[in-house]
Amino acid sequence: MAELTSLTLTQLRDGFRAGDFSAREIADGFNAAVAGARSLNAYTVETPDDALAAADAADAARQSGDLQPLSGIPLGIKDLFATEGVDTTSGSRILTGFKPPYESTVTSKLRAAGAGMLGKLNMDEFAMGSSNETSAYGPVISPWKRSDGGNAALTPGGSSGGSAAAVAAGIAPGVTGTDTGGSIRQPAAFTGITGIKPTYGRCSRWGIVSFASSLDQAGPMSRTVRDCAILLEAMSGFDPKDSTSLDAPVPAWEQGLSSDLRGKRIGIPKEYRIDGVPDEINALWDQGIAWLKDAGATIVEISLPHTKYALPTYYIIAPAEASSNLARYDGVRYGLREAPDGGNLDAMYAATRAAGFGAEVKRRIMIGTYVLSAGFYDAYFTKAQRVRALIKRDFTEAFDKCDLILTPTAPSAAFGLGEKMSDPLAMYLNDVFAVPASLAGLPAMSVPGGLDGQGLPLGLHLIGRELDEQGVLNAGLAIEERAGFTHRPEKWW
Amino acid sequence: MSVDTATVRHIAKLARLAMSDAEVEALVPELNNILGWVEQLSEVDTSGVEPLATVIEQKLRLRDDVIDDGDVRDKVLANAPDAQHGFFAVPKVIE
Repeated sequence: MAELTSLTLTQLRDGFRAGDFSAREIADGFNAAVAGARSLNAYTVETPDDALAAADAADAARQSGDLQPLSGIPLGIKDLFATEGVDTTSGSRILTGFKPPYESTVTSKLRAAGAGMLGKLNMDEFAMGSSNETSAYGPVISPWKRSDGGNAALTPGGSSGGSAAAVAAGIAPGVTGTDTGGSIRQPAAFTGITGIKPTYGRCSRWGIVSFASSLDQAGPMSRTVRDCAILLEAMSGFDPKDSTSLDAPVPAWEQGLSSDLRGKRIGIPKEYRIDGVPDEINALWDQGIAWLKDAGATIVEISLPHTKYALPTYYIIAPAEASSNLARYDGVRYGLREAPDGGNLDAMYAATRAAGFGAEVKRRIMIGTYVLSAGFYDAYFTKAQRVRALIKRDFTEAFDKCDLILTPTAPSAAFGLGEKMSDPLAMYLNDVFAVPASLAGLPAMSVPGGLDGQGLPLGLHLIGRELDEQGVLNAGLAIEERAGFTHRPEKWW
Repeated sequence: MSVDTATVRHIAKLARLAMSDAEVEALVPELNNILGWVEQLSEVDTSGVEPLATVIEQKLRLRDDVIDDGDVRDKVLANAPDAQHGFFAVPKVIE
């Protein structure tokens, strides 16, 4: 049943319900595809029995008329969602062997909605990276290749690189990701799939390995906008176990999908026309504007004057929160322990953390510790929180003039593995278009727009008002219908 | 503001990260590069702007003051590198 793996999540759900195939056939097809794609290094753990058990339950539910929204659908889970009894390492050596005794809220909700799990997906260590190269398990290899005849291994983006590669390669019909400063949207753009980061607080953070708590937000990645709407509905909802969880009803996003944008105003921020971005990306942006006009929207120029300060703000706030969050990895309660002979407790902490964290994580802990240290706190951290308030205000004022904002997702197509690892700042610039919406807590989505001259996918990025995931999804649908993006990477793995 | 090897060693100590001399040497220019870049925030006039604390306006809730997650000692200890007699075990703390 290899062909089942080429269907979208929506097609799988509807075909299963119509009796065209069984959930068991879907799970068998994806389990085989996962096992056959190990050269991509997308999964860190494979859980075929989990997928099969959920499939059998779904087949029984179909008999008894007790179907759930995701019955019959197996998913890939990013490896920072705690999954009970299944290794959860967040791409880090320091969590080697950690088997959570509990299940994250988001994955609990997906399971309650009938979904099974194909396995855990590789990622940048603690979600710190934009290329999946900081993973302790090694980089994920993108299923995409350049059309130049060369064989260069490309990044799927990051930090949700395993998630993105799995959907693009057809080894999961849908996956979970998390997005702190672009980690759903940039990899979605690099691999020609869709991904949405909802409003901060929509998805519970309980049971998600923390990176920067004021920014971390879970979301789905999948082939189509409708797929994302279905998954997001199942993942969202109030959770008393997360103090920043939004106590708001979850709209019926799938049912509300409409690509008719008449009456909608789309803002085009002039500050996002930045130097050094390839012409092809600006051309796709113009094409996106034309598509949204065609869908009935009006286009307005807007200004987000503090855009250029978003990345430096992010690279103070995120490392500061990370240095605090990652203090928990002490070799006492879980994960790795390195205890030098005759050393005291402090020596054990320092040795454990030195052995367990990779270079990028250490770099961010160092930056974060520095900006929070005595004498520098106000100059760096408080200053960044003030600028963050201005960035948020920029969006609030812009949304007086428009309903949604359209930008490119990333300033380049996927790059080659190794090309940017030596220059942290160059790597950070990947998220120049994604980070402002993260700092403002706004829902934002990447949808595939087309291919560049080298045959690689490029994404378009939609940002909405707080809680307006519906508006974002609808504009995404309007682009999806007009872009007609059906390209898939040619199978080489 | 820029960091030197002594500052990097101090920060590494605060962060409980053991570091070789070579690692410290390598981090000095890397951190200075990043700190020099974030320095551009000083251009922004933030007078009268309150630091953002909550990105989506909401009231922090208080839970009932009752113990509701007890009786999971064995689960809590299950992943410990060294658990003894129902406790986390660590190297000697008192000399």
